[in-house]
Amino acid sequence: MTKKQESTAVEGNKIDARIPEGPLAEKWSNYKAHQKLVNPANKRRLDIIVVGTGLAGASAAASLAELGFNVLNFCIQDSPRRAHSIAAQGGINAAKNYQNDGDSVYRLFYDTIKGGDYRAREANVYRLAEVSNNIIDQCVAQGVPFAREYGGLLDNRSFGGAQVSRTFYAKGQTGQQLLLGAYSALSRQIGKGAVKLYSRYEMLDVVVIDGRARGIIARNLVTGKVERFFAHAVVVGSGGYGNTFFLSTNAMASNGSAAIQMYKKGAYFANPAYAQIHPTCIPVHGEFQSKLTLMSESLRNDGRIWVPKKKEDAEAIRAGKKKPTDLKEEERDYYLERRYPAFGNLVPRDVASRAAKERCDAGFGVGNTGLAVYLDFSTAIERLGENTIRARYGNLFQMYDKIVDENPYKTPMMIYPAIHYTMGGIWVDYELQTSVKGLFCIGEANFSDHGANRLGASALMQGLADGYFVLPYTIQNYLADQIQVPRMSTDLPEFIEAEKAVHAKIEKIMKIQGDKSVDSIHRELGLIMWNFVGMGRNKAGLEQALEKIKEVRHEFWTRVYVPGVSGDLNVELEKALRVADFIEIGELMARDALMREESCGGHFREEYQTPDGEALRNDEEFSFASCWKFNGDGEEPTLLKEALDYEFIHRQQRNYKA
Amino acid sequence: MEKNINVTLKIWRQAGPKAKGEFVTYKMDNVSTDSSFLEMLDVLNEKLIKQRKEPIAFDHDCREGICGMCSLYINGHPHGMDGETTTCQLHMRRFKDGETITVEPWRSAAFPVIKDLMVDRGAFDKIIQAGGYVSVNTGGVPDGNAIPISKVVADEAMDAASCIGCGACVAACKNGSAMLFVAAKVSQMALLPQGKVEASHRAKVMVAKMDELGFGNCTNTGACEAECPKAISISHIARLNREFLSAKFKD
Repeated sequence: MTKKQESTAVEGNKIDARIPEGPLAEKWSNYKAHQKLVNPANKRRLDIIVVGTGLAGASAAASLAELGFNVLNFCIQDSPRRAHSIAAQGGINAAKNYQNDGDSVYRLFYDTIKGGDYRAREANVYRLAEVSNNIIDQCVAQGVPFAREYGGLLDNRSFGGAQVSRTFYAKGQTGQQLLLGAYSALSRQIGKGAVKLYSRYEMLDVVVIDGRARGIIARNLVTGKVERFFAHAVVVGSGGYGNTFFLSTNAMASNGSAAIQMYKKGAYFANPAYAQIHPTCIPVHGEFQSKLTLMSESLRNDGRIWVPKKKEDAEAIRAGKKKPTDLKEEERDYYLERRYPAFGNLVPRDVASRAAKERCDAGFGVGNTGLAVYLDFSTAIERLGENTIRARYGNLFQMYDKIVDENPYKTPMMIYPAIHYTMGGIWVDYELQTSVKGLFCIGEANFSDHGANRLGASALMQGLADGYFVLPYTIQNYLADQIQVPRMSTDLPEFIEAEKAVHAKIEKIMKIQGDKSVDSIHRELGLIMWNFVGMGRNKAGLEQALEKIKEVRHEFWTRVYVPGVSGDLNVELEKALRVADFIEIGELMARDALMREESCGGHFREEYQTPDGEALRNDEEFSFASCWKFNGDGEEPTLLKEALDYEFIHRQQRNYKA
Repeated sequence: MEKNINVTLKIWRQAGPKAKGEFVTYKMDNVSTDSSFLEMLDVLNEKLIKQRKEPIAFDHDCREGICGMCSLYINGHPHGMDGETTTCQLHMRRFKDGETITVEPWRSAAFPVIKDLMVDRGAFDKIIQAGGYVSVNTGGVPDGNAIPISKVVADEAMDAASCIGCGACVAACKNGSAMLFVAAKVSQMALLPQGKVEASHRAKVMVAKMDELGFGNCTNTGACEAECPKAISISHIARLNREFLSAKFKD
């Protein structure tokens, strides 16, 4: 029996997630039955800013506009269809139980909580599992061409961390198809004039008036003009901060700046240390490399992961003297199947990533750097034939061939873990509202549903759950009290002050005129993060990281060089503003990782592991979400704790062995 | 195997939408053949920044061939000469040592240049906004398995839906037509029962919007299909024409 953690009191108030009363399965229904709503005539008078057009942002903007709200939607790319949700490959989970294999809302909830290593909020995750089925129905109705069986019904595949087949997919392009579905719904509302779209705009601050979010400052990336926008509420769905590591599977423009802006205006940054390292990425191949490419986790359905059993073989392969196909079955170590007989190659991502690192660190890695393991399809090709494998993974194999110049039908793929997703993010309550009133945060940008590790095919589910089925309800509970608030002028002092501060920051960066490019400083930060705040963390390393990040910050603010002018299209300036914030996030991640003296999910502290190398949680002391409160530039943030009370699930050490 | 090559780049530079553009020549030595085309441009930009010159502006984001943000007309081909490849997935191993590579923006009246190699493809969004959707609101929809859809139809719809909206089809077309882009969406929706209800109307309004935005007419040269990084078939244009004609007959 573990003792009960207490949430921290802030200014007399506890951190309160405002979870509805009642049995787990009735909380969301009860909430909806009793929440306040806004009547149609009043909806027209209320403006909502939605930042981001990914799965969360686009689905929220579209759904809110359908309800009758007046929506302003901001997009960093040239079109909402390019948001990075588009790159998700594998699929989306739902508890439909179409396969009759024993799935249920409860099982999806349970798997997600367990996958997150018991560091997520029960009520939020249950709601996520509940609405998962609505998402599939919604997407089908929009014309999303999910994969189907010959009988015409929807097909499913299995994914890591689950023993049922509950993942819906559209070839290896599920994210693309779901995003295009949300984009079409959004486009329909733009066409009707219910959403005003601002593409090639980047949010640079949130404007808070009398303790409530009332608008944003954004920069037009084409003209360089900084502009002010009012709304009765602000919703941010700006994605994750994985690019803190420079090399990640995130898109080039993915950034954490909106999160830092919210944090500096009073929103808590929760669990920054929880970053997901995805096990199946194409290994790093050169200094010029700009990003890493993910190979869908679905490949682990049919691919078997191995390294040579003998070190001599690994060495011979690294030296180019042997080929993987030269090694006989008994000379291969299928280490996931060996260590985790029950789940085998389908263990959760954090477990698979650490196991790969363990083998490579021990000297069994392959590829010319020794930082790669094999993902082998020969058994599956023998069993199912090349055509079946081509039908399932053709586009992924082709992508691999293009990047690596090797044919995965003939020789095993090489893979290595890379930063992929951030579970941490802005703290939100049950209503997805941050600690700043009227400021909401959805999708990957918030911290809410994945705990310390996210299961495959759950990111798409969460983004769309937030945008289609949760926020459009919960935001009304806030807006119902705002119907008397008239539209405010953006000439109010708070708007002018916020814009001035943005200008001052931009001019400060432009004036440095140093000798280092933005990318070169970003690379330095990334290397520190990967080496000390990556897959294996320890006290000494994290303390070192904090020192080194300070040096990088100093270097940035004294030596960065941004060419051109601020009042024009200036890609280097855009990158510089983002890197300045990545440095802040990097520090928060290291600080959080140092504080959390336990291992859980994607956060692995080398000091805290079981004798056979598994993550060792400490529920007694760390069963809380860490919420960091900003105290001013150069000041240490305050740690606040939201206690995670497990009322409905009995926590245990995660076991994927038996 | 990785090796290094030297290439000469002739790159279109244009300060702004109304500025006069010109080709500027850059020598790139020791380019790793394992690097992607965009990574090669990153290295060039780093060099320019070191020389205190303005880097070259170009669009890119996911660098995995799916977001459709990258463009570039390379040696006379949108996304370069490799089949079924976006510029971000084009690798330097496809070029010869000593080769001269010409890099231009998409050239089309409907895609004005913003700066250097960056163009405005907002017209594509406007076409979708005109009717590239099924008119359903969030909520109140039937169960996902309520309407069985044959695998063959679903797969064909998926092939059409693979379009990444990059605009290569327009750039490749001598008429600057957006027919393949429009056809891919019309066809995806017309194939599926969910989209069939509005199929003719959709074809009509999307084609009207396309014409209004300054895209050219289709003369069936097939250049769009040949250059499409996702190999979208021009058979979808035939389906669009059928839908369009049936809409006109109904009028």
